Amino acid sequence: MFGFCTDPSSLDGLAWLACYLTTGKHMAIYWSVGTVLLLLAISAPVALAFGFGAAAAARSRFLPLAWLGKAYIAIVRGVPDIAFFLFFVIALDQAFEWLRHKVKCPDWDQPIRQGNDFVVCADAKLPLGNAAQWVHEVYGFSLAVLTFSIVFGAFAANVLYGAMRAVPRAQLETAEAYGMSPRQSFWRILVPQMWVYALPGLSNLWMVLIKATPLLFLLGVEDIVYWARELGGAKTARFTDYPHPDWRMWYFFALLVFYLGFTKLSEVFLDRLMARLTHGQATTGGEAQRKAA
Amino acid sequence: MSCWETIADYGLRSLGIGERLLPRDNFTLCQQVTLIGSGMLWNIYFGVLALMSGFFLATAVALGKAARNPLVRKPSEWFIFVFRGSPLFIQFFFAYFLFLSLKGVSPIFDPFSAAWLGALIVLFLNTAAYSGEIFYGALLSIPKGDMEAADAYGFSGLARFRKITWPTMLRLAWPAYTNEAIFLFHATTLVYFSGFPAWRQQGDALYYASYFADKTFNPFVPYPILAGYFILLTLVVISLFGLINRRLNRHLPQHGRARLRIRPNLIR
Repeated sequence: MFGFCTDPSSLDGLAWLACYLTTGKHMAIYWSVGTVLLLLAISAPVALAFGFGAAAAARSRFLPLAWLGKAYIAIVRGVPDIAFFLFFVIALDQAFEWLRHKVKCPDWDQPIRQGNDFVVCADAKLPLGNAAQWVHEVYGFSLAVLTFSIVFGAFAANVLYGAMRAVPRAQLETAEAYGMSPRQSFWRILVPQMWVYALPGLSNLWMVLIKATPLLFLLGVEDIVYWARELGGAKTARFTDYPHPDWRMWYFFALLVFYLGFTKLSEVFLDRLMARLTHGQATTGGEAQRKAA
Repeated sequence: MSCWETIADYGLRSLGIGERLLPRDNFTLCQQVTLIGSGMLWNIYFGVLALMSGFFLATAVALGKAARNPLVRKPSEWFIFVFRGSPLFIQFFFAYFLFLSLKGVSPIFDPFSAAWLGALIVLFLNTAAYSGEIFYGALLSIPKGDMEAADAYGFSGLARFRKITWPTMLRLAWPAYTNEAIFLFHATTLVYFSGFPAWRQQGDALYYASYFADKTFNPFVPYPILAGYFILLTLVVISLFGLINRRLNRHLPQHGRARLRIRPNLIR
């Protein structure tokens, strides 16, 4: 990275550290922070959309749809989430391959589960056997994003369902009295008002989502946990210009500090947002703001 | 081999009693149910011990955070912030490697790098921080009238804390604390995926479930079994905590009793 890094054995102290922390491998760990942020950026809105859909479905007057929504909310509760993460990654992969198999190879006559193997025809493999490395990585990452979205969608649905019920009943009755159809009163009255009730739950959920990102490691994505283990492990002079003993503790300490900073930052931001949203609301928070002013 | 023999062989496998080798092929449903159930022993061990020990530290931390003296308050606030602000997964990794390097300093630290003690300590501190925050919130929401009544009766110091403050705090915190207990049992599944080695393949329920899923490449059998066990465990926790809740609220009018609202759904 720096000009003086050309001969590592001549370096010492801070210069050594500066060179060590900017090797090609370390660039990979900095990029994987980007992976984490990308995961958050994609899965948070998708999970919110899933949650909104499920919460709306659970309120539906069409019973099977309401059951479907409630079952989705209920099924992710009561079971450790990490089990869902491990389950969905394999299950989704197999489901996609099975669907492609049904479409692409209709005249395949062997069973798909043969003993301990899951066999689909070569055309249905995901990603295709001859695909480039980056396709495999992108596919793995999108499976992880989908898994996160499904699991956190259920949590968001739980929060939004509660928020929808917290909107004062009189508001909806007034909407009906004005002759609004259920669809109209849902979109024009209920949805704009529910956010202030949903925000405490959703901000808690955001914190939990941040703290769940290291689980990407278990889903087989090369994320910061993977690189911290790889880079921190003892290195001898035979394999690298920067030999060092087992530093994994310090790498994980850095991750700990990174996550603490990230959650602290989110907390400050969400508190401000909450203060803005409660402004002028007929809640205890809004009343306290009015008195303080 | 009948199912009873399987249970005899593998029922206590997670503790190292019974057959040494795990089944390698031709997995039967009975084998999966037995081994995953045997792994549940570890989840219960971690959960129960961390919860019981964490309870006391949580009370201390909550009182510390509510204290006026900054020498007590600041450390409590930082303790809660550090353990609630970072992922448990990373805490496990950090603690494991910390204990691993302490091992070089003194052989006293040998057992700490094994899961049964090292992971238990992390879980203990973690649950103490989370429940400490819950208890702190409850401490702040004790009705002012209760404390005034205690003053009027001449309670002060330790007697006031033991007879008035502490029971009221527990009563108010109990629904949230029940959720915390359920999360904690769920969090125990992370232990064997975060650095701590499963010595001689003696792991927890999720360890065996993922063993079967890897071997059979079929996630649709072991994970639902695991889910079933955890739903059972959750129900047991809810009913036990419900009994305590009833006792804590026994002096209140029957219809006005706070009902336990269970929302066990978040990880950390």
